[in-house]
Amino acid sequence: MSTQTLAVLVPLLPFLAAAAGLLLGGRAPGFVRPLAVLPTAVAAALAALVAARQSGGTPIRGATELTPTGNADLPVQLALHVDGFAALVAVLVGVVATAVQLYSTSYLRDDPRYPSYAALVSLFSAAMYLVVYSDDLVVLLVGWEVMGVCSYFLIGHHWETRAARSASLKAFLTTKLGDVPFLIGILALASDAGTFRISTITTRLTSSLSGWELAHPTLVALLLLAGVAGKSALFPLHTWLPSAMAGPTPVSALIHAATMVAAGIYVVARLLPVFASSAAALLVLAALAGLTMAGAALCALAQDDLKRVLAYSTLSQLAYMAGALAVADRGAAVFHLLSHGAFKALLFLAAGVLIHAAGTNSLTAMGRRRLTSRAPDAYWTTTLGLLALAAIPPFSGFFSKEAVLASAEHAALAHRSGVPAVAGWIVLVAGLLTALLTAAYATRMWLLAFRGTGAQPPAPAEPAGATGVGAIEEDPPGDEPNSLPDTPPSQPRARRQPAAMTVVLWALAVPTLAFGLLFDALPAWFDSATLAPTLTTSVLATGVALVGAVVTYGAWRHTTALAPGTASADPGRLLLGPLHTTAEAGFRLDAAYRAVAVRPALAASRLARMLDRDVVDAYVRGAGRGSRMLGALVRRAQTGNLQTYLAVLLAGSVVLAVAAAVAATGTAGA
Amino acid sequence: MHLAYPAVLSALLFCTGLYGVLARRNLILVLMSVELMLNAVNLDLVAFDVWLRDTLHAGQSLALFTIAVAAAEIGIGLAIVLLVHRNRGTSAVDRLRLLRDDSRDEPAPPPAGAAAARPGGSEGPDTSGEATE
Repeated sequence: MSTQTLAVLVPLLPFLAAAAGLLLGGRAPGFVRPLAVLPTAVAAALAALVAARQSGGTPIRGATELTPTGNADLPVQLALHVDGFAALVAVLVGVVATAVQLYSTSYLRDDPRYPSYAALVSLFSAAMYLVVYSDDLVVLLVGWEVMGVCSYFLIGHHWETRAARSASLKAFLTTKLGDVPFLIGILALASDAGTFRISTITTRLTSSLSGWELAHPTLVALLLLAGVAGKSALFPLHTWLPSAMAGPTPVSALIHAATMVAAGIYVVARLLPVFASSAAALLVLAALAGLTMAGAALCALAQDDLKRVLAYSTLSQLAYMAGALAVADRGAAVFHLLSHGAFKALLFLAAGVLIHAAGTNSLTAMGRRRLTSRAPDAYWTTTLGLLALAAIPPFSGFFSKEAVLASAEHAALAHRSGVPAVAGWIVLVAGLLTALLTAAYATRMWLLAFRGTGAQPPAPAEPAGATGVGAIEEDPPGDEPNSLPDTPPSQPRARRQPAAMTVVLWALAVPTLAFGLLFDALPAWFDSATLAPTLTTSVLATGVALVGAVVTYGAWRHTTALAPGTASADPGRLLLGPLHTTAEAGFRLDAAYRAVAVRPALAASRLARMLDRDVVDAYVRGAGRGSRMLGALVRRAQTGNLQTYLAVLLAGSVVLAVAAAVAATGTAGA
Repeated sequence: MHLAYPAVLSALLFCTGLYGVLARRNLILVLMSVELMLNAVNLDLVAFDVWLRDTLHAGQSLALFTIAVAAAEIGIGLAIVLLVHRNRGTSAVDRLRLLRDDSRDEPAPPPAGAAAARPGGSEGPDTSGEATE
């Protein structure tokens, strides 16, 4: 088969699986699991094959007209464009989607709505493949919106709970709020460029020969940016992401790692020449990225819910990617997208195991559950994921984050053409600050979840010893951080996690560990110069990360010694000081939205209801009531007495006769 | 003979009949009153036929026609009265009120008050007996 056919099959397979799953799910329960896992896995394999065949060379293209738009020069095309970015992002989507499907088979084993869940996850990944491979802005928008709908359904999977319902609604409304300007931006861009094809637009913009420029680059870029901010959860529209934790954990992994939020970054990367032609748009993007980065990291330091910590860390890592785009380096952005996708999926899936084992989301409560022995695989893989998140050298997060920071430093100091130096400085400073905070919250999360002291007499917890987890009956060889990290503990446990879950975790741990080492090979896939870490920024960033970790550890030692096993043992409280309560509430942005948007909307709807019920309906009801009263009057005459009727008949005919007589004499007299 | 005598007699007869129809309770008497009214009309027909000297005597033939129709009518009418009396045990015309409007789904006061004000409230359950006639 040609590579084109393979690339077409990649989005098609999960889509067909989703359709089949939705149609057959209730009737053939035996087919649900294979139907969920197999097409997704095959699509991932095909995506890998496409990537191998493409291997960063000339883009694979193909197009067929989908529908005319009324303008013969501007048709909507079902176009395919697989360059290095698309191929690699599709591989990431495939890997994460397969991991999530495999993990869900056991995570949601007893869930009555598993068939529709699996079908929606398939549809979700199909839509993301469509976004990744599509070369046509309108087709891309279709995939974009299908993802929005799928996220709505999946976040609201547990719709019995109020939190899930409101979270899914919030996610849907917030992303749609961004999608409206996004749609306008697409139409403006297409009418400006005369085509919906992304490759044509970018080729024209980057070619120095044509000298073609957009008429309103800033306007178009800012409109598109609004949609991206909604989807990728940048500062003003980010509040849906932490709330989306109400969904099942694998869905969070899918949304955060590969599909939903990655789409925004990916679209900016594809359309980067449009953004790069407007310095103002890059500045706005840099400011949003810097604000989101640092703010979300502060919030993550204050959260007590394990999943919310991870959600805020996603926000801050996404802002890194946005920062790389703001300094017009899409290679670094997609590099970080890929490595972040791997380790964030790992962190979320491991968090699912931890929450299952502990029976709680709260970090403080988790500390008392001896998770190191109960869920050893999740413990080790979470540790790896957190190391990657904090960008500690050999892990993947280090290399990709260094690529972002090096690129920002380059833009700040060396004045890349078209990129304002201010944007570089914003990204660099915010990035370094966030590196400090990231290490701090990663350390805090690890300490609270795995080294928290229980109700047992608090041993002075040494990080290198197993004493912090309290008295453990069984021998805890796998619990000591000194033992080899990559040997899965094999001693039999009473409550082992199912193999489908642990295998996925360890499979994802491989790219978490080693993906960053590909930094030398990746520039061949991307059009960027180099992704290798530079000395200055690596030393700086790793230094501040270590400082953050050490300070957090010190604070934790201090607070644990004072008040072991309670909420006040949280080092975040000490580190953030008076900022803690504000940061825990996400800087009260939800309250602000409530005051600015939700309350007026509710008031307006109440007004509309009042107008409808008490004004419009009053007329309708009044008409009904009036005719009923008239009817009641008329009914009084219906006594059933024949003689009354006859008497009335007589009276009527007498009146008529008299009238006729009067009329006759009147006309005769005249 | 002047036309006024038969005309006045006929008018008196008609009014008597009308009074009987509107005021008598007994169905037989009501039917008899109807006969009075018909015969008042017959008297008029004959009188005017004579007064107008109609060569075709249309008035007289119409009177004969009316007599025949009246005979048929009284036969059917008496049969109906007989059946009504058999079924319901009464032939009082103001008790035969099955077609009265007293829809029970309406709690509105007018029909309830009207039903309470009437003496014959016992026709309600007899719907099936009336329907078979």
